[in-house]
Amino acid sequence: MSIWEYANPRKFMQTSAAVLPWLVALTVVCLGLGLVWGFFLTPDEALQGASVKIIYVHVPAAMMAINAWVMMLVASLIWLIRRHHVSALAARAAAPVGLIFTMVALVTGALWGQPIWGTWWVWDPRLTSFLILCLFYLGYIALWQAIEDPDTAADLTAVLCMVGSVFAVLSRYAANFWSEGQHQGASLSLDRKENVADVFWQPLVISMVGFGLLFVTLVLVRTRTEIRARRLAALLARERMG
Amino acid sequence: MMPDLGKYAVAVLGSYAVAILLIGGLVVLSLWQGARARAALRAAEARVVEARAERANG
Amino acid sequence: MKALFLRDLSLSFRAGGGFGLGLAFFLLVAVLVPLGVGADVAVLARIAPGVLWVGALLSCLLTLDRMFALDREDGTLDLLATSPLPMEGVVAVKAMAHWVATGLALTLVSPVLGVLLNLAPAGQGWLVLSLLLGTPALSVIGAFGAALTVGLKRGGLLLGLLVLPMYVPTLIFGAEVVRRGAAGLEVATPLAMLAGITAGAVALLPFAAAAAIRANLR
Repeated sequence: MSIWEYANPRKFMQTSAAVLPWLVALTVVCLGLGLVWGFFLTPDEALQGASVKIIYVHVPAAMMAINAWVMMLVASLIWLIRRHHVSALAARAAAPVGLIFTMVALVTGALWGQPIWGTWWVWDPRLTSFLILCLFYLGYIALWQAIEDPDTAADLTAVLCMVGSVFAVLSRYAANFWSEGQHQGASLSLDRKENVADVFWQPLVISMVGFGLLFVTLVLVRTRTEIRARRLAALLARERMG
Repeated sequence: MMPDLGKYAVAVLGSYAVAILLIGGLVVLSLWQGARARAALRAAEARVVEARAERANG
Repeated sequence: MKALFLRDLSLSFRAGGGFGLGLAFFLLVAVLVPLGVGADVAVLARIAPGVLWVGALLSCLLTLDRMFALDREDGTLDLLATSPLPMEGVVAVKAMAHWVATGLALTLVSPVLGVLLNLAPAGQGWLVLSLLLGTPALSVIGAFGAALTVGLKRGGLLLGLLVLPMYVPTLIFGAEVVRRGAAGLEVATPLAMLAGITAGAVALLPFAAAAAIRANLR
């Protein structure tokens, strides 16, 4: 059974309908477990006190913000190479989800930084990169909405996604470089690679899995909507032609 | 029940609140858009069936 | 190709073309910022590299939507698409014409504006060099954005939203070159990055832009 079977819209609708209830249940369980455990049952951290609890929403959101764009990139490539409409629609469906995750990462990052640095916003390279990523998402979504013909829109947004990915990576390095030139080299010590003690790590992993499942669930729901909308547009066009 | 958040209360509660609001909003929006598309498609497909039936009878 | 280049260039220089508009905008930015920020000489000197680079960015952006839209409207773009000239070449030539009329012009005028903003004399040479190296990237990235939005009636704002985030790396490294050069620090790293980004963009983006135009013409 090749994965390309799901490129067929009908097969996709059937399979996603069957899978969705399980996905939703799993998502709720993981998210609930991860966040409740993290919020209520973990101790305070030595340096950051109770603010470390923000990690359970900030880090998973930030991770998924990046992963969403990577998924859009892969889906865009599949569209350009194999012309599967479901792929193009899935990329379109994923963009608002990625945008929301980016915004959550930004706001929680700023809120976390405020008591520690004393200001609401700091041009930390990571936060800055996420701000730029936010703009890339907005541009992508805007381009989909601006172009009338759906296949043309799919082509253009796919190319934009690819070029945008290169520049997003470049911007990440540029932002790191740029921050070195600033007076305050304050960088968030939110790095997952840093030694996060087990007691924080376990609920964090569950939270990350939960966010990942949330992403998949939302993308499936939204892709189903896109497929229906596309079919609707085709029917309406035929009606108009009488 | 609620842990003592000390001076970080605003930051922590605010973060969770924003996350729940934004993500919850997206979920609600996605479900609403889905329901709307489903209803409109159903209506359009019903019209197709009707038109076909008319042509068959007329 | 040369004919296309000269034609685009002469169109820019005509009244209502991009040439005068871009330069005037650049000058405006250099005048408005001190008016808004205050005439404190030390402050102006510190922000001059960034202000000049942002001004250059915005000036380049202004004249971008003319690149393909006019030709699209009168059918020239379809003619070019069916001509023996590859679309990638068309894009490259148009981007180069845009650069000569906008980026190059800005680069030549920038030392004067540097004086207005009290840029340290040591920084003037670096300003010109960084703009010279960086503005071609702005033109070719802009060409890509213009190719994406060529079919749209009011694509101007969307063009800005698409293009400005892609300008960020060039902006950061370009401004850093001027800042460090003005302070007498070593500029090799940002300079190399700036040149590298331009080289990569000039080499690769015409292909992406050509693909976008072909998609739009279908």
